[in-house]
Amino acid sequence: MKTISLAKVRDQIKDLVQEANFVLQDDVLAVVKEMEKKEESPAGKEVFCQILQNAEIAKGEKLGLCQDTGLAVYFVEIGEDVKLKKDGGLKSLREAITEGTRLGYGEGYLRKSVVEDPVRRKNTGDNTPAYIHWELVPGDTFKLTFVAKGGGAENMSAIRMFAPAAGLEGIEDFVVETADKGGSNPCPPIIVGVGVGGNFEYAALLAKKALLRKPLGSHNPDPFYSDVEKRLLERINKLGIGPQGMGGRITALAVHVESFPCHIASMPAAVNIQCHSHRVMSFEM
Amino acid sequence: MAEHRITTPVTDDVIAKMKAGDRVYITGYLLCGRDSAHKKLVDLIKEGKELPIDIKGQLIYYVGPTPARPGKAIGSAGPTTSYRMDSYAPILHSLGLKGSIGKGSRSKEVKEAMMKHKAVYLASVGGAGALISKSIESSDIVAYPELGPEAIRRVKVKDFPCIVINDMYGGDLYEEGKKKYRIA
Ligand code: SF4
Repeated sequence: MKTISLAKVRDQIKDLVQEANFVLQDDVLAVVKEMEKKEESPAGKEVFCQILQNAEIAKGEKLGLCQDTGLAVYFVEIGEDVKLKKDGGLKSLREAITEGTRLGYGEGYLRKSVVEDPVRRKNTGDNTPAYIHWELVPGDTFKLTFVAKGGGAENMSAIRMFAPAAGLEGIEDFVVETADKGGSNPCPPIIVGVGVGGNFEYAALLAKKALLRKPLGSHNPDPFYSDVEKRLLERINKLGIGPQGMGGRITALAVHVESFPCHIASMPAAVNIQCHSHRVMSFEM
Repeated sequence: MAEHRITTPVTDDVIAKMKAGDRVYITGYLLCGRDSAHKKLVDLIKEGKELPIDIKGQLIYYVGPTPARPGKAIGSAGPTTSYRMDSYAPILHSLGLKGSIGKGSRSKEVKEAMMKHKAVYLASVGGAGALISKSIESSDIVAYPELGPEAIRRVKVKDFPCIVINDMYGGDLYEEGKKKYRIA
C-alpha cells in the first residue's frame, strides 16, 4: 500500500506544466536536429534553425515555447493499492490536478486557452478544467503524463470508421490524406499519432496515447506496426509540404501507431496531429 | 527572393513590390486580434457602426500572446492559424486593411479579396513565439480587454520577420513550395 499526498501531486503538477511549456525535451530536440540535416529547402532549413533558437530563448527566459500553451491534458495511471492522503485542503485527485493546473498556468504566465462553453465561448480564466484520462492498474503505481495540446494541430485531426475490407492500405491512405489536408495549418514539421482499432472513442484515445510515446520517434514493438510507422513517415515526407508548409522534405518528425482489438464489423482509425512544439512530460510518485 | 524592410502604415506601392516567397521585416505598429475580436469588428461593420480601431493602411497580426512577465513588453507571441479568420478578412480588406500575418493557408475568397484590394498575407513561424517576442517592443490593449488573450492589441515592432505567402498577383508560396518538393 502506497500513500500519495494530494498536496504533493498539486505542487508537482504546478511545476510540471511550466517546465513542459518552457523546455523542449531532449528526445524532441534530438529528432528536430536529426531531421534538420535531412531538410533540403532553404526556407525549411531556416524554420528548423528558428525552432532551435526559440527553444533556447524559451528555456532561458521561462517563456512559453509557443503562445498556445494548450489544453492541459493528463493521463493518470493509478494503482489499485494506492491510498490518497487528502491534505492541503484538497478533497480529491481531480481537485489536486485541477489546482496544480490553475496554479502552474497562473504562476508561469501561460495562456488561458479554455472557454466555458463551445458555443457561448467565455474564457474560464485559469486554463481549467484539466482534461484527465484515468487508468486503474494493478499494484501501487502512480504515474502522471501531461501534454500541453495546442489547438492548431488538434484541429487537423480526424477519425474514420472503416469497413474491414479497406485493409491496411485504406488506413495508411487515410493517415497520409489527413496530413496532406492539414498542410501548413498545424505548424509542420508535425508528429502524427495514429490509433487503429478499438471503437469510436477508443481509437481517438489510442491516437493521442500514440503521440505520447517516449522517446519521440521510437517504434511500436510489434514489427508489423513498426513497418507501418516507417512507411507512413516516408510517405508523409514525400508530400512536399515541408517546415511551416513552405515546401520541403520534412513535413513530419515522427509517426507513432498504436492498435487495439476491435469488433468483427469495424476497423476504426484515428489520426491525432501534433506540432513540433511537442510538450509532453511525466512523473511518478 | 527579395527582402523588404517596411514601416507601417503601408501604401499600395509597398504592397505591389511584395511577391510570394519574399522576406519582409516590419517596423512600426501592428494590430493584433484573433477569432472573437474579428467577429466583434465584423458585427459592427454589418450594423453600420464605427470600429474602435482604424484599420486603413494597417497590418493585422493573428496572435493571442501569453501574459507578459513583469517588466516585459509581451509574452510568447507567435502566429495562430489564419483560416479561422477567413470569413472575416475580405470585408476588412475592402475597408483598407493592407495585410494579415498568421500561419496556414487562406481561402479562395480571401486570396481574391487581396488581389482586388491590393493586400498581402504574410506568415511568421508558428511555434516560435518566444523568438518572435524579441521583435516586439511594446504592447497595449486597444479594444475588448474583456476578451483576455483575444483582446485587440497594438504592438510596436522592430524588424519583425515574415515571409510573403500570398501576394496581390495571386502568387501562393504554400502552393509553389509544395509543388516543388512533392514526390507524387
Ligand atoms: S500548432 Fe502547435 S506550434 Fe502551432 S501555434 Fe498551435 S501549439 Fe503552437
